[in-house]
Amino acid sequence: MMDITVIAESTPGPIAINCATYTGYKQGGIGGAISATAGIVTPSFIVIYLISMFLDNFLEIHLIASCFKGISLAVGLLVLDAAFTMISKMKKKKLPRGIMAVSAAVMLLCNIFGWRVSSVTLMIAAAVFSLAIFLLKGKKGAGTK
Amino acid sequence: MIYLELILGFLKVGCFSFGGAYGAIPLIRDVVMRYGWLTEEGLSYMIAVSESTPGPIMVNLATYVGSSQAGFWGAVLATFAVVLPSFAVILLITVLLKRAVNNSFFQAALGGVKPCVIGIVLATGIYMVFKNCLSAGSLPEGIKAAAVTLALAAAMGGYKVIFKKKLSPIMLIVLGGVLGIVFYS
Repeated sequence: MMDITVIAESTPGPIAINCATYTGYKQGGIGGAISATAGIVTPSFIVIYLISMFLDNFLEIHLIASCFKGISLAVGLLVLDAAFTMISKMKKKKLPRGIMAVSAAVMLLCNIFGWRVSSVTLMIAAAVFSLAIFLLKGKKGAGTK
Repeated sequence: MIYLELILGFLKVGCFSFGGAYGAIPLIRDVVMRYGWLTEEGLSYMIAVSESTPGPIMVNLATYVGSSQAGFWGAVLATFAVVLPSFAVILLITVLLKRAVNNSFFQAALGGVKPCVIGIVLATGIYMVFKNCLSAGSLPEGIKAAAVTLALAAAMGGYKVIFKKKLSPIMLIVLGGVLGIVFYS
């Protein structure tokens, strides 16, 4: 039996959904996977769908608009804080740190100057670079776990 | 064709959302701004709403954008598109390629992707914080925004020092809302 969290961390998508799909498949095959995934998505779908119908009307109220103005400032900090948390959990090695710093610098420059470099392009470049280093260094290279 | 755009846009988000909840935010930002589905402000609002409601941020944002762009079916399609890649990948791995995740080449490539995502999130965070303050319209507005940001950052730091744990995202959002009402109305 494989560790589902290892799979979840190595594949795209939120861990909650990955686990639902995995467990659903283990318990009831393809049908189980589909129902478990649909089951975990449906509640948040309903909540957000309802909110989406009212949010614009709410924002026309002055008090709520100013409330959200403050909230949007908090969100910037939340994203920044999430980044710091991720950095502190990162492997303390030269290669990942270097890739992290270069990616941050490139992305920041792109944002500031409005260059259209998608983050996907950057991620693929990082994958290729890391794979190349791994191949050059052999199995003991920095890319392995 | 908005339905097709929603599907393509959110398939892309779903395919590359490595690195947990906040790892997907720069990607979503990319997609929604490129298609003009949300403004910078609207995106912040929705991140706050997603953070305060159940469910992963990326699914919540897909539902919201789909709904605001193309009604109920837009919401259904965007949500479906954002979940499909991770669903398919997990299924493929569990059914066929049990050893694929432990493959050393795959892990080597992933070893590049993960720090890259972290760097991208860091850049996005820095950019969002500074943009909020620098492009607030007028100088007094900018100073106000900077003051609120500093107050919130101080609250986060102070809480961590005093209680030895993090201020929860929801508390920070509530605090931001209260300060917003105090400063802007």
